[in-house]
Amino acid sequence: MDGARPLLELTGATVRFGADAALDDVSFRMFPGEVHSLMGENGAGKSTLIKAVTGALALDEGTLTLDGDEVRFPTPHDAQRAGISTVYQEIELLPNLSVAENILLGREPRAHGVVSQRRMRDQARGILADLGLDIDPASILGTHSVAVQQLVAIARAISTDVRVLVLDEPTSSLDLDEVGELFRIIRELKARGVAILFVSHFLDQVYEICDRVTVLRDGRLVGEYLTRELLRIDLVHKMLGHDVSDYKARQREPVTQPDAPVFLSARGVTARGIGAADLDLGEAEIVGIAGLLGSGRTELARALTGAAHLDAGIIRIEGRAAHLDSPRRAISLGVVYSSENRRAEGILAELSVLENITLALQAHRGIFRRIRPARQRELAQSWVEALGIRPPDLDRPAGTLSGGNQQKVLLARLLALAPRVLVLDEPTRGIDVGAKVDIQNLVGELADNGLSVMFISAELEEVLRVGDRVAILRDGRIVETLRSGDMTVDSLLALVAQPDEQEG
Amino acid sequence: MRIWRHRLFWPSAALVVLVAVNAIARPQFLRITLQDGELYGALIDILRNSAPLMLVALGMTIVIATRGIDLSVGAVMAVSGAVALTIIDGSGDPGATGTVLVAVVVALLVSLVLGAWNGFLVSALGIQPIVATLVLMLAGRGVALLITGGFITTVNSAPLAYIASGYLTVLPFAFIISVVVITALGLVERRTALGVLTEAVGINPEASRLAGVRSRGIIWGAYMVSGVLAGLAGIIYASNIKAADANAAGFLIELYAILAVVLGGTSLAGGKFSIAGTVIGVLIIQTLDSTILFLGVPSAQSPVFFAFVVVAVVIAQSPRTRNALRALGGARRPRAAASVQDRPKVEVAS
Ligand SMILES: Nc1ncnc2c1ncn2[C@@H]1O[C@H](COP(=O)(O)OP(=O)(O)OP(=O)(O)O)[C@@H](O)[C@H]1O
Ligand SMILES: [Mg+2]
Repeated sequence: MDGARPLLELTGATVRFGADAALDDVSFRMFPGEVHSLMGENGAGKSTLIKAVTGALALDEGTLTLDGDEVRFPTPHDAQRAGISTVYQEIELLPNLSVAENILLGREPRAHGVVSQRRMRDQARGILADLGLDIDPASILGTHSVAVQQLVAIARAISTDVRVLVLDEPTSSLDLDEVGELFRIIRELKARGVAILFVSHFLDQVYEICDRVTVLRDGRLVGEYLTRELLRIDLVHKMLGHDVSDYKARQREPVTQPDAPVFLSARGVTARGIGAADLDLGEAEIVGIAGLLGSGRTELARALTGAAHLDAGIIRIEGRAAHLDSPRRAISLGVVYSSENRRAEGILAELSVLENITLALQAHRGIFRRIRPARQRELAQSWVEALGIRPPDLDRPAGTLSGGNQQKVLLARLLALAPRVLVLDEPTRGIDVGAKVDIQNLVGELADNGLSVMFISAELEEVLRVGDRVAILRDGRIVETLRSGDMTVDSLLALVAQPDEQEG
Repeated sequence: MRIWRHRLFWPSAALVVLVAVNAIARPQFLRITLQDGELYGALIDILRNSAPLMLVALGMTIVIATRGIDLSVGAVMAVSGAVALTIIDGSGDPGATGTVLVAVVVALLVSLVLGAWNGFLVSALGIQPIVATLVLMLAGRGVALLITGGFITTVNSAPLAYIASGYLTVLPFAFIISVVVITALGLVERRTALGVLTEAVGINPEASRLAGVRSRGIIWGAYMVSGVLAGLAGIIYASNIKAADANAAGFLIELYAILAVVLGGTSLAGGKFSIAGTVIGVLIIQTLDSTILFLGVPSAQSPVFFAFVVVAVVIAQSPRTRNALRALGGARRPRAAASVQDRPKVEVAS
């Protein structure tokens, strides 16, 4: 591979937002038939580099060459035409169109000049099947989970004639199976000589699929390495600028007293996508939720927090029946929910970091009991520090933070409510290795202080590590709840993936 | 932050330029005289005449902030005027302050109900704002005609005429109404959390709902405010012509109000809004109106003038133009000498 000419090369790239540079004189290259990973902490500039390469952002300085020729892409469309296909970190699809339309938008199959709906569906079905996906191409995209939307975005990207495939955190909400399918396709494309850029905060995945890594820190290039020559510990050191040994997942005492008082108990909870679920959340307890894509993880979380309508069942809080008919009501009872869908249901992009953090508390206090500005600032500042939100600028629109930092802002919004029950749907999605351990530790500390936590993650290892108990979901039912100490990742995976024949 | 990046810079600049052009074309434009303790002059006229549009545009601002739009404001003006004048006309003593007061209160209550109806359609039934308010936009004038019995009701009532043309101390009463409403809205926005919660709802209703914001109540309230303010505008209008004209009252005012909001820098996509911006937007429109009148532009051609100025301001405000300007500014600055700064050593795989 050496001596080969890079297919794509970026030299001296600088991108500024106002005064500060998100990307500062960075060079980067991609070879045909190679998978290249871009690594760095949240806010290191990975997405910015990707946007600069794919025409979503203009370079302030630097040049981009494709096949040796200097190119400029004024819009992502131009990059697409040159054979650069991209899945951006924040899914850029149209939620109110069908899955098929999203996949084939702009290149719909036509019969006699008009778009043929049937051929479009067939074609989309084929592309999805390639990814090992069986979803109805005629269904509306917005009705699907984030994971499926992510897969649809990938399907769209690989269904064109691609020379360079760019995937910005494509696996953040996928399960092992889907990741496997994606990797199979990446290998196929690689064999065909496609250059692939793959961003992920999962080191395992990076080491499994990538040949080369480029590390960024604070918008600057640290270096380019061959994966097989770079030890993990060194990679992490290069990303963070210090050793990861400062970060150690704190081991929670595995003893949850069997007589720990139950704070929230759900009996026979039935809602869309979830049937007759029984679950107890003890005080000071973390219950992890494990399940495959489509098993009802998010639906369960929403049903317990007033975000979704309950068809049947009862939820008791401290033994008393609670009527959680809206998130507002749930919040007033101390039950808060953080959605997995940060962009559509979480962050308010145009509002400042400060306003985002104080929003829920302000809404809870009511319109007329406004939090004093000085107090707002103090409060937001303390959360920005506690969670290490970067840059620590309270007045910046939240939408301009990197993905991982937006996630932290959302967490801060909920924690500012001083909740009793914290329902976290994929809280570490898109968060870098260092911060991920921080958040896991924080959840542990909160539980130590008496909070009940429900922790959902597609990453089984994390569910096991963080949860005291793990509830296993299959097909919208909680099939078992086990002590996490009694399980390994493999045994959990077996339980989660077990086919559901003789239930009931 | 450079001053021309401020969101109110372009609207304010447009207003200043407009005033300057007028001042050059007709020096008496800036002259304000004091007669019998009351101020007169072209500028005062603009402030007075802008009151109805001001009120309507302020309500529209809040509705737009919630991602909505209120097309029914003109119709609500007609209904409000019709209700007020019918009451005054039917009473035994049209000249009594009490009669006029009752008429105004009833008209405002009716407007509040109409606003609540719009809010109900939008927030409780989830109907698209443009469709929901279209209902009343189309039906409202019919209702107003029903109330007046199909005629243009005219009344002679001194207290009524006072609303549009009277003076409170040195300033026109109508202008004082504007100032009171602007101040009230500004205070509510600053002193309560309503401003930021309204923006939150406008930016992302679902995220706001999950954060515990009373989205429905806030949206509903916005339409009610818009209704009441339109009602008040309708009374001022009727007071000005001393008649309830169901067809002419507030005709096309919804479009001018939307224009004022946009000129003031509030995005039609909802979210961030600016009361001060809307005030400037209204003053631009009203000054433009006065300019056109002064220039004696035939009324058939006056929309062309309007369009010209509006296009200029809107272009100046567009983010793309700003970026282009920024690029121009950047190109003139010398290239940053950053490349010689010490950098962490860069390693490259062999
Ligand atoms: N539109 C914008 N305006 C201002 N600053 C921005 C904007 N977009 C990104 N930034 C800043 O640029 C920096 C790099 O952001 P970027 O999104 O590239 O990070 P990232 O490496 O992709 O992080 P993550 O792992 O969290 O996705 C961040 O400090 C971010 O705040
Ligand atoms: Mg990113």
